Amino acid sequence: MSILVIAEHDNSSLKQATLSVVAAAKAIGGDIDVLVAGENCGAVAEAASKAEGVSKVLVADNAVYGHFLGENLGDLVAELGKGYSHILTSAGTTGKDFMPRVAALLDVAQVSDIIRVESEDTFVRPIYAGNAIATVKAGDSIKVITVRPTGFDPVAADGGSASVEQLDVVKDAGLSTFVSEQKAKSDRPDLASAGIVISGGRGMQNGENFKMLEQVADLLGAGMGASRAAVDAGFVPNDMQVGQTGKIVAPQLYVAVGISGAIQHLAGMSDSKVIVAINKDEEAPIFQVADYGLVADLFEAVPQLEEELKKVL
Amino acid sequence: MKVLVAVKRVIDYNVKVRVKPDNTGVDLANVKMAMNPFCEIAVEEAVRLKEKGVANEIVVVSIGPKACQEQIRTALALGADRGIHVETDEDVQSLEAAKLLKAVVEKEEPQLVILGKQSIDSDNNQTGQMLAALTGMAQGTFASEVVVDGEKVNVTREVDGGLMTVSLKLPAVVTTDLRLNEPRYASLPNIMKAKKKPLDVMSPADLGVEITPRLTTLKVEAPAARQAGVKVADVAELVDKLKNEAKVI
Repeated sequence: MSILVIAEHDNSSLKQATLSVVAAAKAIGGDIDVLVAGENCGAVAEAASKAEGVSKVLVADNAVYGHFLGENLGDLVAELGKGYSHILTSAGTTGKDFMPRVAALLDVAQVSDIIRVESEDTFVRPIYAGNAIATVKAGDSIKVITVRPTGFDPVAADGGSASVEQLDVVKDAGLSTFVSEQKAKSDRPDLASAGIVISGGRGMQNGENFKMLEQVADLLGAGMGASRAAVDAGFVPNDMQVGQTGKIVAPQLYVAVGISGAIQHLAGMSDSKVIVAINKDEEAPIFQVADYGLVADLFEAVPQLEEELKKVL
Repeated sequence: MKVLVAVKRVIDYNVKVRVKPDNTGVDLANVKMAMNPFCEIAVEEAVRLKEKGVANEIVVVSIGPKACQEQIRTALALGADRGIHVETDEDVQSLEAAKLLKAVVEKEEPQLVILGKQSIDSDNNQTGQMLAALTGMAQGTFASEVVVDGEKVNVTREVDGGLMTVSLKLPAVVTTDLRLNEPRYASLPNIMKAKKKPLDVMSPADLGVEITPRLTTLKVEAPAARQAGVKVADVAELVDKLKNEAKVI
């Protein structure tokens, strides 16, 4: 078997998620090649060549791949992928964008967001926002797979010495062009990848009160989230929503403040390692999933939390 | 221009999902079903394009058993003009859904196809991109803003760590993310009017597509249950536990 892993990167550095995808490839077994497609991405190729378990790094360095447009990447990977038994990438927004195109062009199914490898053709993935876990067998000759990075411990970033081969394949579908990019302005980590997330719910009462949470988030270096109820009430923007229809998060620490714990919210955060709930309603369902529950008025508890954290951090 | 919107019937997002005791799937018997939330956003966006005078016709399509017509009627009540139901009781996976939609696209020749980025049951996030690849169309996935500008459409996409705007040649496929809009509710008069709007029913065979599932689900299990932990007395104890017991801060 031979596996092609498409690296996730920003043209200057290799994303750690790629090391988790290589780990998934190792679990499948076989030779592992890594494709680095981008523009002026030599440093990424070098990093990929050092990753544990990689045999060969293929580099497609061209302006047409600079912004990772799905149409161009899809055409490139579909052509290269024909010679492999498995094609893998991380289930970030880039992988989710181009990978289904690859599957369709190869006329095979895609297995999305796997969290475990059972065998070379059988994989485990969450469905219903993690409320059920499916074991799926892929019948096609080429398996096209996206990998949820949190499901696999990354391979070592150093120690490997893969060969690096420059490709001269330029695929420009001519369908789309990059216009602009707006990276998140805040210094706070991205919600989906933050190690700590602090979220507020309807109990926050208004948007102004979220400032209290921001202060705690800044102390902890945490990402900020919210329940659907808080978003629907207009306290905070939609992109902060954690839940089945919002962002799915699995940080080391999740702090739920004034969140009752509706099913739709729990679906988005119950894979967190440690969950803290602060709520004045002792019967709130959030306490059934919380490792540490504090029954208290959040307007007293949150300022106290800030003070206590200042003492220990 | 003509806009085609694909919608899927799924379990209502507020329903507690229960895995069947025999681990063959999720129990959908007597469970409330609804339009997939991302598909609602897709319908809303099409309706807004029509209200702005950009779109002149909205065709809504759904694939699945007879009951899907409820979701088509919902879309018609929200402002779509006519419906297409591709009726099948088979398990339609993303690739086959994309092939069926491709056949519909070839018949209808829309300038814009809008789909939800994923359905909240299978969570695949594939169909829109597959449809775009099969039809040779550009794609703007995870859209938070859609601006049609002559022969092009500018789509602002929700990507990891921020936003990215791309310009797509029309015809194009757009898949919706949460921030694109907030769907309206259908009014009672519109629900009544929707009952009279045209709805064509066809089979996968009519569209020349054979349904051949490529993926076999071997089993479906409930996730490992979380145990409720402990209640702490005050904030000081909480911080102490987080630092010294859980070691997460």
